[in-house]
Amino acid sequence: MAIPISYNLRNVTQRPWSTLATTLGIALVVAILVGAFALASGFQAALVETGSPENLIVLRTGADSEISSGISRDAANILRALPEVQVGADGRPLASAEMVVLINQPRLGQGGSSNVTVRGIDAEGLKLRNQVKVVEGRMFTPGTDEVIVARRMARRFASCGIGDKLRFGQRDFAVVGHFTAGGSGFDSEVWGDNAVLMPALNREGAFQSVTLRMRDTTRFAALEKQLEADPRLGVQVRTERGWYSEQSALMATIIRVGGVFITLIMAVGAIFGAMNTMFAAVKQRTREIAVLLTLGFTPTAITLSFLVESVLIAMIGGVAGCLIALPINGITTSTTNWSSFSEVAFAFRVTPVGMAVGLVFAAALGLVGGFLPALRAGRQSLAASLRAA
Amino acid sequence: MNLFSLVLVNLGRNKLRTTLTLMSVVVALFLFCALRGVLDTLAASIKVGSEARLVTRNAISLIFPLPLSYRERLLAIPGVKSVSYANWFGGRDPVDPGNFYAQFACDAETYMPIYDADVEIIAADSSAVPLPVPAGIDPKLAMFMSERDACIVGQSLFKRMKWKLGQKVPVSGTIFPGTWTFTIRAVYHAKDPAFGEESMLFHWKYLSEKGMGGQGIVGWYVLQLGDPGRAGEVTRTVDALYANSGAATHTETERAFQAGFVSMYGNVPFLIGVIGIAVVFAILLVAANTMMMATRERTAEFGVMKTLGFADATLFRLVLIEAGIITFGGGTLGALLAKFAIEGSRFNAGGFLPPMTISWTTVAIGIGVAVLMGATSGIIPALQASRLRIVDALRRVE
Repeated sequence: MAIPISYNLRNVTQRPWSTLATTLGIALVVAILVGAFALASGFQAALVETGSPENLIVLRTGADSEISSGISRDAANILRALPEVQVGADGRPLASAEMVVLINQPRLGQGGSSNVTVRGIDAEGLKLRNQVKVVEGRMFTPGTDEVIVARRMARRFASCGIGDKLRFGQRDFAVVGHFTAGGSGFDSEVWGDNAVLMPALNREGAFQSVTLRMRDTTRFAALEKQLEADPRLGVQVRTERGWYSEQSALMATIIRVGGVFITLIMAVGAIFGAMNTMFAAVKQRTREIAVLLTLGFTPTAITLSFLVESVLIAMIGGVAGCLIALPINGITTSTTNWSSFSEVAFAFRVTPVGMAVGLVFAAALGLVGGFLPALRAGRQSLAASLRAA
Repeated sequence: MNLFSLVLVNLGRNKLRTTLTLMSVVVALFLFCALRGVLDTLAASIKVGSEARLVTRNAISLIFPLPLSYRERLLAIPGVKSVSYANWFGGRDPVDPGNFYAQFACDAETYMPIYDADVEIIAADSSAVPLPVPAGIDPKLAMFMSERDACIVGQSLFKRMKWKLGQKVPVSGTIFPGTWTFTIRAVYHAKDPAFGEESMLFHWKYLSEKGMGGQGIVGWYVLQLGDPGRAGEVTRTVDALYANSGAATHTETERAFQAGFVSMYGNVPFLIGVIGIAVVFAILLVAANTMMMATRERTAEFGVMKTLGFADATLFRLVLIEAGIITFGGGTLGALLAKFAIEGSRFNAGGFLPPMTISWTTVAIGIGVAVLMGATSGIIPALQASRLRIVDALRRVE
């Protein structure tokens, strides 16, 4: 017969300080794990959500980022005229040939500088990205030296406030608005009119990418094959979503691996702590164990009971850890995405999966840490226990 | 019997617990020093790079090029001894695109002499017939200098890729399309760690001919100064010279240029710092818990000691020293383990960072944190022990 769990519950509350210290230790380990996962998920979301499933992006063969790509004007015209491309209300194809460059801007609040993505778009560019909304100021006027800046970047880089001027290519570009883009990669960019930006930056020869809205998404595979085989183009085709998730893969993996590595080392320390607590608990309750044995509980039941208690303490820590990590949800941070060489601002995202991983991890800590003490409790001989008492 | 031997006896009383606590402190300080080591490495990579060399790039950002025509005018600026230039090639391993390493196209005739003190050629192909070598260039580089598509690679890259001298290495261009093949003619060792041993260098001329249709497009210029003291003056002259041209320039010392890459990490160093603090705090709880358990067990014993005439202050010290020894011992062990194990492995995050270094300052801070941890975890139990009244201690039944 198993020892009721209420026995463990009462025991846990019997030693509040000791339990609290162990629980908090485990909670911090779990919080770091959940935090690292939130960082990776946030980073990945920032890029993956950049892509719409209906859009596809065309880049030069071999290019592994937009900035290293180049699409000639002729090729862009061929792409725009494809029958597979959806047509807008005004009869123009929903296709946007874009210039993407980096400008080096000083950071605010922290020394140094970093590369900010500047995207030159045309009228169709906005229609393809429904998530982009100007939240302050106004949209840039096509044909003028005006740009809009992602709100997340405006807080982080110099000269990005409304009314400020960004200077590049011997010209001053007035910042007239701030936009948000639903947590996507566009939330880290500066947007302006292609027709003005390209000559200003000496980029008249070629675009970096062409984004198309497909009439029928099931045609993707066929279209990909057709375009990649076209010798006039020399391009590679991806779904917009697939492309941006490729761009985030390396960094997200680094963050996750780093997070797991740190947590595993921390876990070893926490397990030692949990073992201490449980060994002490077993020792303190020598008499109780003897009584339980006398009452007819089997040694296995006693081992199991202590194991349950250890897991219980660890799980309370796990829940506390998730709660500690929860407030970081939504906090924005930024770093350079080395795959695109540009700064990406993104928000921590505490996901149910991340928290579940944290809880499972906590349970595992309790199990491993409680194993030896529980075994000792079960192996205690009745005679010795009563004598010790 | 002096105080210290009493402490030792107490430590040995529950060996399992002492060991477990010690080990958790070891782990904590190992991690703390490893994390701080990442910051050390970043900080160290700010300080590498010469202050006697300037880097001139396009003012907009590094992805915009400069014309080759700037070279002559840069050379004519007073204080500039020699000028070289290079381009980022941005190639990928065609077999395994995830296996990243850097390739640079450089004007070898001027580039190699400028970096002469930083790199050493440790292996090179030699030809049957003696080949002429331009002035200022290591004669071992004769084969490299005479071949259009030859390249030099860093020692650590060379080993990692299991290459051989004379081997033809395919690289697929991301910026300059197509598959390029380079022949390895020499291997270099970086005497200055800033230079790194994870790069491939090849001839800029080859890039220009094959990739730019003969155009002169330069990624950045390197300016060797005669006198580092003139860096500020030369910087201003260069940037003023091109301020109103189609490609304005941004000039800085090579050291500042390198620091620019570190600053691109953004909030990462801050996050690493936060994690380091969390680690220390978590283990502090473990240590404090142990000390509390240890003193609670000995309540009756403290009563006896007080009866025998041990002063309150002595008991206070007894508990505190016990905590201090565990954390100091564990901390020292963990910090040294981090220093030697991590530095020994020469971990470099797959070429993203120079080989990890953990400074002695970090080791010292780690040990300091450990001692502080001991003091904090021991203070409450120590106070409890010293304030204990004999009657309570002896009455209490465990």
